[in-house]
Amino acid sequence: MSILSVANVNKRFGGLKALDEVNLNIEAGTVHAIIGPNGAGKSTLLNCFVGRLKPDTGTVTFDGKSLLGIKPHEINQMGVSRVFQTPEIFGDLTLRENVLIPAFAKRDGAFKINAWNSVGDEKDLETKAMDMLADLGIAEKASDVAGQLSRGDKRRLELAMCLIQDPKLLLLDEPTAGMARADTNDTIDLMKRIAERGVTMVVIEHDMHVVFSLADKISVLAQGTVIVEDLPENIKGNLKVQEAYLGGAHL
Amino acid sequence: MKLLAMSRNDILLFVGFVIFTLAGPIILEPFGAGYPDLLQKFAIFGIFALGFNILFGLTGYLSFGHAAFLGAGSYTAVWTFKLFSMNPIPAIILSTLIGGIFAAAIGFISLRRTGIYFSILTLAFAQMSYNLAYSVLTPITNGETGLQLAQSDPRVLDVALGRDYGAVLPSSDFFGLEMTGYPGFYFCAIFLIICFFIKIRIFRSPFGLMLRAVKSNQNRLNYTGVNSRPYDLSAFIISGMYAGLAGGLLAVTDPLAGAERMQWTASGEVVLMTILGGAGTLIGPVIGAGAIKYFENIFSAFNDTILMNAFSFLPEVLQSAAVSVTSLFVGEGWHLTLGALFMLIVIFLPGGLMEGFKRISAMIKKRMNGGSDGSASSNPTTSA
Repeated sequence: MSILSVANVNKRFGGLKALDEVNLNIEAGTVHAIIGPNGAGKSTLLNCFVGRLKPDTGTVTFDGKSLLGIKPHEINQMGVSRVFQTPEIFGDLTLRENVLIPAFAKRDGAFKINAWNSVGDEKDLETKAMDMLADLGIAEKASDVAGQLSRGDKRRLELAMCLIQDPKLLLLDEPTAGMARADTNDTIDLMKRIAERGVTMVVIEHDMHVVFSLADKISVLAQGTVIVEDLPENIKGNLKVQEAYLGGAHL
Repeated sequence: MKLLAMSRNDILLFVGFVIFTLAGPIILEPFGAGYPDLLQKFAIFGIFALGFNILFGLTGYLSFGHAAFLGAGSYTAVWTFKLFSMNPIPAIILSTLIGGIFAAAIGFISLRRTGIYFSILTLAFAQMSYNLAYSVLTPITNGETGLQLAQSDPRVLDVALGRDYGAVLPSSDFFGLEMTGYPGFYFCAIFLIICFFIKIRIFRSPFGLMLRAVKSNQNRLNYTGVNSRPYDLSAFIISGMYAGLAGGLLAVTDPLAGAERMQWTASGEVVLMTILGGAGTLIGPVIGAGAIKYFENIFSAFNDTILMNAFSFLPEVLQSAAVSVTSLFVGEGWHLTLGALFMLIVIFLPGGLMEGFKRISAMIKKRMNGGSDGSASSNPTTSA
């Protein structure tokens, strides 16, 4: 069953055609990677999933409902969580608070004045938050301020913030961009573990190697259009892909 | 709902605050601030700054127009006195409500923008209110003269209850207790305590956590499934209600209202109070409000004669030189002192006076620990 389907999506920025008749189906319970060279339209496509951009024509349907013209917070409430290229966290707050906020958002909805309890009284959510931090190996830093974390730990925290919401779909925008090798491998392992739990993931990547061991299916985007969609083992040898990436040189 | 379940530290802070507030007249006596008029100002502007900090300290939205709500509260209170009753309770209920309604309207529009544009919008709205109060709205505000009580006021409720103030201008009274002097201070102090309690609850609640998340990363918050707009607006309205209440209390202790309460300098003053005391802290804004009102009172009271006496130990030439220099900083020029003080605080203590207190207490702790470390280091096995 496809959980996210994109049909005939076009998006133009002035004279630049960023997306050209994009069709895409994401199956529930799979890891789907969208790869492509710089400027292929990967981030534009992702921004159409989360309500930041509206396609000029075409449809984006999640779980049977259209995502067009819906605000980011509403899309999240439908079950889509997102990881950013540079980890977006609450830098002034502690790790525990960082994870509690999405937990409150999941339980209380987009807006609720919950001013008569103190945060400390919410034992269920506190336990859940601490378990989530422990799961990602950052529990001992729970009371630290998040802004001081290393890049790799910020990524862990951001994933914890997404996972505590039990998302139906997790979107990752170049999750290893700008990371040191060790952090990259760490993050890949982490994503594998998340994939094993059956979370549906869409990974946008520039670096092909990151996704080969992870993805169930890969779509290759070049110049705003999906040129190939196939299993990872078939992508590597595909001539079209090599051409798109390296102008024909062998990988 | 565990309304009274507070952490131990918060209970200590709250109890300390209550004792300090109620014993204010005694504690502040040695500083020359133990008289009711000044104490009333401490309490009223303390409420104003507490509310402002709910917006600025938690969400980071810097409003330069909060005096509009203060002014609106004052006008409302005086009108309530004139039309209904000299009892302060209806007056402050209505002024709090009007403060909230004004804040809802201005906040709804201003919160469409963030950062400097938000500040400019709020400033523009407040200046608009100020100018309207002087011009078009003169029938309501009585323009430059200010809104005052008159013997001929209807005071429907008082009349219905058979309360007659005779031929004198009435002053506000709480079931016979006149709202001037110490009773007036304690009336304000009780509201200060209630406001402080509500603020602790907001700071520690999930609602307060969401407001802090707005300040930290609004983008992430939206992608986390939270609609930040209504949170921002709620914080704006709550702080507007605090301002309305403060304005109402100003009118209760002194029943007249003028447009100058809405001027941008008044809006700027609450920003100074909050930053001086420590934005985002629980108690800082009250301390900031107290400090500014105290210095205003002390320094503006100095005149050349007092200065001459103070420098009388110097030779005559030096004496007149010293007086002419220092006189710039006192009396009419006390704002210069305030400005200099503010600059020092912002440069050296960006977290305000509260940061100063924290640094001092950390230093004392370190010194005490340093002593024990010293004894431990003489024994290498324990210091490891």
